Amino acid sequence: MSASQVMPPAPSAHRRRTILRYTLSERVNHWIAGLTYVYCLVTGLAFWSPYLFWLAVVMGGGPASRFWHPWFGVVFVASVFWMYKVWRRDMLVTNADRNWEKAIRYYISNEDQNLPPIDRFNYGQKLYFWLIFYGAILLLVSGIGLWFVESIPWSLRWLRYLAVAVHVGAALITIGGFIIHVYMGTAMVRGGFTSIIRGEVSPEWAKTHHRLWYERVTGDTSRRE
Amino acid sequence: MSQATLNVRRISGHAGTAPGAGVEREEQVCKLVDTTTCIGCKACEVACLEWNGYSFRDTVFQNSYQTMPETAWNYWNLIKFNEHERDDGSMMLLMRKDQCMHCAEPGCLAACPADGAIVQYTNGIVDFQQDHCIGCGYCVSGCPFNIPKFNQHTKKMFKCTLCSDRVNEGLEPACIKSCPTGCLHFGTKDDMKELAETRARQLREHSNFDKAGVYDPAGVGGTGVIYVLHDVTNPEAYGGLPSNPRIPWVVKFWKGPLKWIGNLAMIGGVIGVTLHYLRFGPKQVEADKHGDDRP
Repeated sequence: MSASQVMPPAPSAHRRRTILRYTLSERVNHWIAGLTYVYCLVTGLAFWSPYLFWLAVVMGGGPASRFWHPWFGVVFVASVFWMYKVWRRDMLVTNADRNWEKAIRYYISNEDQNLPPIDRFNYGQKLYFWLIFYGAILLLVSGIGLWFVESIPWSLRWLRYLAVAVHVGAALITIGGFIIHVYMGTAMVRGGFTSIIRGEVSPEWAKTHHRLWYERVTGDTSRRE
Repeated sequence: MSQATLNVRRISGHAGTAPGAGVEREEQVCKLVDTTTCIGCKACEVACLEWNGYSFRDTVFQNSYQTMPETAWNYWNLIKFNEHERDDGSMMLLMRKDQCMHCAEPGCLAACPADGAIVQYTNGIVDFQQDHCIGCGYCVSGCPFNIPKFNQHTKKMFKCTLCSDRVNEGLEPACIKSCPTGCLHFGTKDDMKELAETRARQLREHSNFDKAGVYDPAGVGGTGVIYVLHDVTNPEAYGGLPSNPRIPWVVKFWKGPLKWIGNLAMIGGVIGVTLHYLRFGPKQVEADKHGDDRP
């Protein structure tokens, strides 16, 4: 089922029409990425600071956390690559996004009526996507270096140090994005969390947040107001 | 080990002060390796294996006396053989017993994230506690001497313990017992330094080794293993002994300023989004305001 398809009326009390925003496979993949990322985040924070090492105890102990952290990381990166395959065209920054970015202060202050219309994803979502995509590559490459640190010969030991620096740096940057992503997806943009669980949004939601996408998938170009 | 917490100076990955730190005072122990009287017999290697219960590893032919490239998780003590050409064209075989240096400021301990997996006792011995080791390998990146080694099967790190189990009972390390030439000595750091300096002076004054000296690198706060070298200005010739070993600056930055920057950024992020919510609240869609916000 493609994203550009209007859902048949749901047999709900309202009998309202909804728009399919995320297909089932997009949702499943998002949650594989989300849960594996959270596992790596929690165990990674345990390795980050002695004051958070108790997190490793909660996750089944230090050795278990250390054993599974890289494997969950591999699944996370694989899932991010799948997102790249499916979403990369939707995630290209367009002129509409650049205009939107210039007016981003209205988005922050919830004065969305002053924002230019945008397609399926807004500039912030695209930024987050590319941040996670490149972050995942850096975490994978540096993570392999940490995983098999003894395979890096002593004469190339600067690579061992580089792996530490890159892994920690990339992790911190993705955490910054992740905090904003979770906040916006759950608390700030109402309806967003439901859309990544059930896949559906109301036409009003689509019109408000992603007007161009709404028009594209419904063919409805009648502007309100 | 009994009363271990009373004999501890530092432990790795620990939130707050190490329990028992500073409670007891002990002499700093030290192993002295006089490379100028080592004959490369490898008796120390055998003694190390015997005491610690390991067997010989496979050897490789490398066109030299060296039959193993480096220490291993179950081979903590290895003599490094190096053919060295002197200024006058004559050849010397430099032999150095390689093992954990038991740094006063251990890079392995600084890098380790697991609570209590690496311990520095009050007597200066740096010891791995495999019960607490999580096998992450960060100590490999922290060590300036390439010493900690990983056991793939048990997922634990190992290295020379300076026979902490023997020293605790008032015995010398096993390698010391076995040395037939007496090039190995064990005692307090002060005594070993004095003995080493005496030997180095003897080499300079009577044996034509003008540059003879004692290797006790200050970059890691001095070490619990010190060497007498024929040429202390060129330790690299002795199988890559670093001339100025230090904890890698990346490790220091990571465990120091970056920890603060990262923690402040993460806490700031959470506070930031909370403040945003309190100031601006959620984004509502007009039509949804009447009922629930579900589509």
